[in-house]
Amino acid sequence: MAFSQDLRRVRAIIWKDLTTERRSKAGFNAVAFLGILILLLFGFALGPDAEALRNAAAGALWLAILFAGVLAFNRAYQLELDGGALEPLLLYPAPRWTIFAGKFAANLLFVLLVEVVIVPVAIVLFQVQSLAGWAPAAGVMVLGSIGFVALGTFYASMASRSRAREVLLPLLLFPMLVPVLLASAEASSALLAGNPMRDAGAWIKLLVAFDVIFVVASFLAFDHVIEV
Amino acid sequence: MTTTNRSTLILQGLARRFGTRWALRGVTLSLEPGEVVGIMGHNGSGKSTLLRVISTALRPSAGEGWVFGKHLVREAVEVRRHIGFLAHSPGLYEDLTARENLIFAARMFGVEESGILPALERVGLSQGRDERVRGFSAGMQRRLALARMILGAPGLLLLDEPYNNFDPQGIELVNEVIQDARRGGGSALVVLHDRRQGERVLDRIVELNRGAVIGVSAGTPLTLVSVGGSH
Repeated sequence: MAFSQDLRRVRAIIWKDLTTERRSKAGFNAVAFLGILILLLFGFALGPDAEALRNAAAGALWLAILFAGVLAFNRAYQLELDGGALEPLLLYPAPRWTIFAGKFAANLLFVLLVEVVIVPVAIVLFQVQSLAGWAPAAGVMVLGSIGFVALGTFYASMASRSRAREVLLPLLLFPMLVPVLLASAEASSALLAGNPMRDAGAWIKLLVAFDVIFVVASFLAFDHVIEV
Repeated sequence: MTTTNRSTLILQGLARRFGTRWALRGVTLSLEPGEVVGIMGHNGSGKSTLLRVISTALRPSAGEGWVFGKHLVREAVEVRRHIGFLAHSPGLYEDLTARENLIFAARMFGVEESGILPALERVGLSQGRDERVRGFSAGMQRRLALARMILGAPGLLLLDEPYNNFDPQGIELVNEVIQDARRGGGSALVVLHDRRQGERVLDRIVELNRGAVIGVSAGTPLTLVSVGGSH
């Protein structure tokens, strides 16, 4: 009974965050546009060499997701801070993990939607020709996003109390993301290049391990960072 | 201090420090069922900090407290089930409608959504229930925050300057909500600057200065009955 109540709370937070985001629209448009802009800038920087573009595609895509995602994480807590809603949220008779789970799931859906917009742009811009591994590549996108969003949601909650949160969040988050970024980019690169799964397999296993560690650690530590 | 095992609230030597500054210093206080107590004091005297510590938004730096027998720190989730906190800021989601804000609150409180419309009617917002909060005046937002508090059916109301932004009808509404809680056996702690606004509903007034209790008024009309000590 108590657990089903908690799941209802998780769903309520997801519904509230996504409804607010859908109504304002500014957040999604800004994040997706920033992602596309970063891809374009990488494209310009790499020049017209098709081979160089293809080789850099996975790395550029993940960096674009990473930079754009930081905006999304900051916004997720900005929603609460704008109207002074963070304190009432913390004062509901709910275990803290339900708040983290709701925010995590809403952020994950948001980031996956942004990826739906910017991945096709990356495929065209970076002239990715082999789409044979699209299904495993999509799986890697989801796995990479889980680790990325778990850490992003966690550190955004930590930074939300600071006046310098826009600066603080990337400073806290980016060093911790190196393993997820590396595993995601390498696995995506192997799959987009049309290599068989055995090349990507080791990176995917590593990515799954990081996801488990980051998600569990974030859930456990959230209770302490959100307290005043 | 007289406390019973039925006491709504018991605070013993409660203190809270921000950095090197003590915002609360050894507050000892108790509330019995049906009792409404006003908290008064100058700006920075610790009134809002006291409510935030009782609400579990802040952890005490020293001392202990219980709400309906539940420990403020060790049983914080249980404490939150009994508390309705009306803070300075309404804490609403401006891109949601009034009704949607209460749907969210009902799900988070773990109560039935059938209480939403009566709560909106109680605060006079049933007409604007499907309007986004962004377009609400400060007074309407305050009414909606009051409806959210009622929805949780709390046994202890913590009201931080509840009369702010309200017209005379709004002030009357706040007093009625307090009286309703009292009739149901609930209690209230009300932070206020002007004792005339809440005089009709208050049983006692506790005066704070620099985080410490410096006096208590009681009786009709409210007159100073003790200075310092436990209350």
